[in-house]
Amino acid sequence: MKQAFAVFLLILLPTGLHAQDDLMDLLNENAKPETVFTTATFKSTRIMNGHSIERMPMGQLDFRISHRFGTINSGAYEFFGLDQSNMHFGLEYGITDWVMVGIGRGSYEKTFDGFVKFSVLRQSSGAKTMPVSVSVFSSIAVNSLKWTDTERTNYFSSRLSYASQILIARKISQTFSFQLTPSYVHRNLVPTELDPNDLFAVGAGGRMKLTKRISLNAEYYYIINADNTYMSQPIYNPLSVGVDIETGGHVFQLIFTNSLGMIEKAFIGETAGQWIHGDIHFGFNISRVFTLQSKPGKPKAN
Amino acid sequence: MKRLIILSLLTMLVLSASGQKYMTKSGFISFVSNTPMEDIKGDNNQVAGVLDISTGDMVFQMLIKSFHFEKTLLEEHFNENYMESEKFPKASFKGKITNLASVDFNKNGSYEVLVEGDLTIRDVAKKMSVKGILEVVTGGVNANAKFTITPEDFNIKIPSVVRENIAKTIEVTVAMKYAPV
Repeated sequence: MKQAFAVFLLILLPTGLHAQDDLMDLLNENAKPETVFTTATFKSTRIMNGHSIERMPMGQLDFRISHRFGTINSGAYEFFGLDQSNMHFGLEYGITDWVMVGIGRGSYEKTFDGFVKFSVLRQSSGAKTMPVSVSVFSSIAVNSLKWTDTERTNYFSSRLSYASQILIARKISQTFSFQLTPSYVHRNLVPTELDPNDLFAVGAGGRMKLTKRISLNAEYYYIINADNTYMSQPIYNPLSVGVDIETGGHVFQLIFTNSLGMIEKAFIGETAGQWIHGDIHFGFNISRVFTLQSKPGKPKAN
Repeated sequence: MKRLIILSLLTMLVLSASGQKYMTKSGFISFVSNTPMEDIKGDNNQVAGVLDISTGDMVFQMLIKSFHFEKTLLEEHFNENYMESEKFPKASFKGKITNLASVDFNKNGSYEVLVEGDLTIRDVAKKMSVKGILEVVTGGVNANAKFTITPEDFNIKIPSVVRENIAKTIEVTVAMKYAPV
């Protein structure tokens, strides 16, 4: 009987060690598949000059300052472009988690601009899969330069330009994200009859994360209906390359680009410089996010 | 022969007896970091846990992405930069109540317990010894505990630029309400 009892005890021994794993399995077998939404496709709301699908969450305010120096091929006297400056500042706010608005003012043609960006689809995996994130962007720009010809009738509407974009992006891996941006720009007033009021372009942009907080970004817009043979001023496709550096609540973007303007209407239709000629502007965007209003239902820091 | 049959029956009885298990999928765990620079609080209301009252085994499991913060940007940085939730989606605890005998699950009341086990965050397992209170109530068991952890113990890298914004030790609060399975 003693022998049997000993065997009995030996059989009992291994069950204790597996017990905790069995409990874990119990948790996992009842788990429902959840939908996981992709976050942080890009580090900020801009890839370089153009918008990314990232939005300001509800109640958060983004203060952005953008700066473009003159072209590097201006020579040593202009200190390689650093002596000239063009700036844009903007305030961008998340009204809800899927609507963001912004206003800004840039020194390029003394333009005021406003935009709205809707997040329509979010990339997700798990229970519900969506391969891409899609946002819709729409903006108005008002150029406030004094009229050069005061003799003729000048209309206020001539100052306006509109830009609309559909932003389609995918976070392909933790390190690489890519975005396609079909765009439409309408200028109410153009220099001559041969210049198109409507411009169609397709943008492509991406980012590659180099470290947890630094990424390499690049963006190119191909303007479909620009024909420099008959337009009054040759325009070129904007190409921008740069680095995003994120520190706490700030994102710094260092940029090399052939566009001087920082809003859609300016960099898509009015880029007069070419990379191969050295018409490269160095610049930066600084983004600082403030939380104006915390989400309802979220914990309050105590 | 009779002994063999009795022995086999007893063995089968023990092996098949699962013991009374209590479970929850909506347990609460929060952590707080208080510094003069910033107060950070993250709450998770989707903690899953099982308590086996016959053996004293306790297991917890939660998704890191289910920790929510007041500032969405902070939540994004928490997941992307600090916890790397894509690489390490879950945190878990596997432990055992060491003084199980002092708890009477048939009598409503509060019992002080000591739970020892492994806390695994970012695939780093650390032995923990946590004091808590088990409250036996009608229809369930509640578990409450508070303990501290150090971010560096789990390979959480904090850059020197923001080191003063995050406390050296983080206080964790656990509040689970178990119901019988």
